Amino acid sequence: MHPLAAASGSSGGFQGPSIDEFFPSVLLFAGTPFEITRITLARFLAIVLLILIFWLGTRRMKLVPGRFQSVVELGLGFVRGNVGDDILGKKDGRRFLPILTTVFFMVLFFNLTGVIIGVNIAGTSTIGVPLILAVVAYVSFIYAGVKKHPGTFFRNALVPPGVPWFLYIIVTPIEFVSTFLLRPITLTLRLLMNMIVGHLLLVLFFSATSFFFFESGNLFALFGIGTVAFGFAFTLFEIFVGVLQAYVFSLLTAVYVQLALNDEH
Amino acid sequence: MLSAQTLVVAAGEAHNPILPETPDLVWGGISFLVILFLFWRVALPRMQKMLDERAEVIEGGIKKAENAQAEAAAALEEYNKQLADARAEAAKIREQARTDATRIGKEVTAQAQADADRITAQAQVQIEAERQSALVSLRSEVGSLAIDLASGVIGESLTNDKKASAIVDRFLSDLEADEQSKAGK
Repeated sequence: MHPLAAASGSSGGFQGPSIDEFFPSVLLFAGTPFEITRITLARFLAIVLLILIFWLGTRRMKLVPGRFQSVVELGLGFVRGNVGDDILGKKDGRRFLPILTTVFFMVLFFNLTGVIIGVNIAGTSTIGVPLILAVVAYVSFIYAGVKKHPGTFFRNALVPPGVPWFLYIIVTPIEFVSTFLLRPITLTLRLLMNMIVGHLLLVLFFSATSFFFFESGNLFALFGIGTVAFGFAFTLFEIFVGVLQAYVFSLLTAVYVQLALNDEH
Repeated sequence: MLSAQTLVVAAGEAHNPILPETPDLVWGGISFLVILFLFWRVALPRMQKMLDERAEVIEGGIKKAENAQAEAAAALEEYNKQLADARAEAAKIREQARTDATRIGKEVTAQAQADADRITAQAQVQIEAERQSALVSLRSEVGSLAIDLASGVIGESLTNDKKASAIVDRFLSDLEADEQSKAGK
């Protein structure tokens, strides 16, 4: 980095992205719990898109679908089939479908604001949304378990029957940590870190491109071609990651609920 | 470089991406509720309603086709039944006609026979009557002839004599009896 900084001369050198990317300046309501930043605006945009697609798209549904309705049906049908029915079965799949659909499309659309040109920040790249959705998943699977096995859910989860008594010294802490601590933590961090790292990578590639093209000497502009290509490739990769994380998040929510419902050990 | 370093240090003090900030949670929570409402109360019920209607229409179509098929089968059944009925009816009528013809023939024959018998009987009665009357008249004539003849022979009138008449009758009866005994042999 040193020769590059030297090459840039008067402009103060290249600055890589920092964690401050995710703490942008407050635009509105500074000092209140309703502070609005560009990340909040990205979330609003995602919500508006969701409402436009799923409110208007389901307003006059026809038995023989048009193109737009087919896409809406495909999206809703994917969650219903591949997440709800496949993991939970028809009956419980329908019960938890609103939660699963919300989790899937919220994560998906919030992720994809990271690759929309002019927005360029994922709504899931600060911990708020991943944490809230992890809490939703947490509450959902505990609710499902307690409702299905009232009185025995926690006992079956923490003190699984059929284990020699002295092993409970090991088994119970492990079960407690893995079920009630690691599940929400991993749900939150998996999504959050994917989005943070993805955003940092894109910022790095595109700011480096800008630096090579406009601030460094002519020879270094060649590097810029490489970084812009990587930037483009990682943008595509971010789209893939955004879809994948949405699928993983809703799938894991469904799996946790399913484990709680079948908690017989 | 110096400014960047101080920035990183400052960021490390002020901002930890793992620690949620209040506005982040507030807006995240509101976002979740809005989107949950959108799917739970609007999009998914509409989708479900449409899917139910679609399933109903498809099932209705299948049902309609089944009904049409059943109706066609029933019509065919009915047609075959009518055909069989008509055939049975025709056979019955033919049988009836044959029976009637036989009966009428027999009746006609019997009638003719009766007529013939009656005519024959009548003719015989008539013949008998005529024979009787001829016999009576013959007898009286033969009697008077014989008396005339006898009167002539014996020269005496027997005409008014009752006795003579009785004699003649007796003679004739004897004659008849003689003839009958001859015929009996």
